[in-house]
Amino acid sequence: MSSGLLFACVGALLFAMGIAGVILIGHLLRRILAFNVMGSGAFLILVGLAQRNDVPDPVPQAMVLTGIVVTVAATALALALVRRLFALTGKLELPADET
Amino acid sequence: MIWLILLPLLWASLAFVLEPGRGKWLAITGLAMQTWLAFDLAQKVGAGGSAIFHAVGGWGAPLGIDLTADGLSAAMLLLTQCVALPLAVYASAYYKRDDAAGAYFWPLAGFLIAGLNALFLSADLFNIYITLELVGLAAVGLVAAGGGAQQVATALRYLFATLVGSGLYLLGVALIYGAYGTVSIAVLTPLVTSEAPRLVWIAGGLMLVGLLLKTALFPFHFWLPPAHGGAPAPVSALLSALVVKASFYLILRLWIGPFAPLIAVAEWLAWGPAALGTLAIFWGSWRAIRAERLKMLIAYSTVAQLGYLFLIFPLLTGHGAIQAGVMQAFAHGLAKAGMFVAAGVFIKATGQDKVSGLAGVVERLPITLFAFGLSCMTLMGLPPSSGFLAKWLLIEAALDRGYWWLVVVVLAGGLLAAVYVFRVLRQAFLLAPASTPLAAVPRTLEWTAFALATASVLLGLRGVELVQLVGVPA
Repeated sequence: MSSGLLFACVGALLFAMGIAGVILIGHLLRRILAFNVMGSGAFLILVGLAQRNDVPDPVPQAMVLTGIVVTVAATALALALVRRLFALTGKLELPADET
Repeated sequence: MIWLILLPLLWASLAFVLEPGRGKWLAITGLAMQTWLAFDLAQKVGAGGSAIFHAVGGWGAPLGIDLTADGLSAAMLLLTQCVALPLAVYASAYYKRDDAAGAYFWPLAGFLIAGLNALFLSADLFNIYITLELVGLAAVGLVAAGGGAQQVATALRYLFATLVGSGLYLLGVALIYGAYGTVSIAVLTPLVTSEAPRLVWIAGGLMLVGLLLKTALFPFHFWLPPAHGGAPAPVSALLSALVVKASFYLILRLWIGPFAPLIAVAEWLAWGPAALGTLAIFWGSWRAIRAERLKMLIAYSTVAQLGYLFLIFPLLTGHGAIQAGVMQAFAHGLAKAGMFVAAGVFIKATGQDKVSGLAGVVERLPITLFAFGLSCMTLMGLPPSSGFLAKWLLIEAALDRGYWWLVVVVLAGGLLAAVYVFRVLRQAFLLAPASTPLAAVPRTLEWTAFALATASVLLGLRGVELVQLVGVPA
């Protein structure tokens, strides 16, 4: 197994763990962390799969850099919202659904 | 073409720096210019009969960013500007001078529209991911701008849904890059063949599920009603009319573009979206019929109307299906924006948002109620509205292929829409007890609602040009 494929497999594992966390975990901070794990998994796959004969490909690396900026922005927004929710309700979990 | 993206970014940033009082005039001026640009672009694409390309800053792919406008993107750009401009005028009168939510509305709306325009013009999958995130984050910000606990919780729920959606999409993009070494749609289209490796199938599936989640197709609609129903009226209108259409546009673009050879091998796949669309129509209508709050009713109606967009997928191999889908996107976009802003006027005037509290608005707010009625006409699909035209095109395409049960679904959906809108209209026409107070509402609010609703009906008379524009190939 080439190192690129190994990266991709680990990435897939991380993505699956992350997405399960985002869906299943109730605690908001851990959910945001799970989202970051999910993002890192996708980035690992992007960089790992693109390596042909163990020669790194610069284009996906540029993409991942852009992607990291997006993830940081999303995380910041999520944290700001969680802080606001904590200040208003004193809880780090989403209130029950109103239907 | 590039100004369609730069202008909203520019006025959004300026509105953030300046006070909201000046920001709103900047926004309206910018949107007016964008509307002109969108019409100009549509004219050029329609007259030239082929797509227009632009390499940003003179740097082409793979290092630079390519922009493409074909008939489909030009039409969606036109819809975005035509809905956003009246909404900006509405919002300028809706938010009071010292409203904190109003101060955030202008920059966030600008970023949202910049993201949408960039999404419709993007020519590569990764750039589309960035624009999807930009749209998603701006939309979450708009939902949260009210600042109450309920709104923040709704915004967080929406944020997680949209992040999972774009995460799945990104994973699909990563797999595609791994398989073909490119993300440009134009380069990918000839590369993907019916013998594509399994990796590409997985990538397509992941992208489809992610985008369906963002479009809120049944059963992924759980985040939509609270987000759209709980936000202030101009925000709900922007989200319902435009944001969900963006991911629909993307599904359509990928479906008929790079992934077309895969779908040609497995034609039964197209029945998946259509079946979910059918369920969405029935479930959304049922919940709208049962809804107690006016804005929840309209939000569930969005869930139902989105279902129609997905009925076109089994028909895409024939003629006229894309046109039916885009016409439905226009009809729903204009009518739903009109409905949400009219509901905003009712809520401002009566001070509550129960359907049962609408009694008596017919005497006091006749223009708004007329606007609401015109929007209802489009949703039900009565002639000569654009909703009628959309359903007509859809039924024609379905009968062409002999899929009569799609016709039954379309007609039943129209009847169900009639049930829930007449619930509202019936209440509105009741006579109110003389003591019920109604607050005064700025005239601008009433007339912008009227303009949007009228546009949704009158588009039915000018539908031929739109249908021709959508037919321009990539």
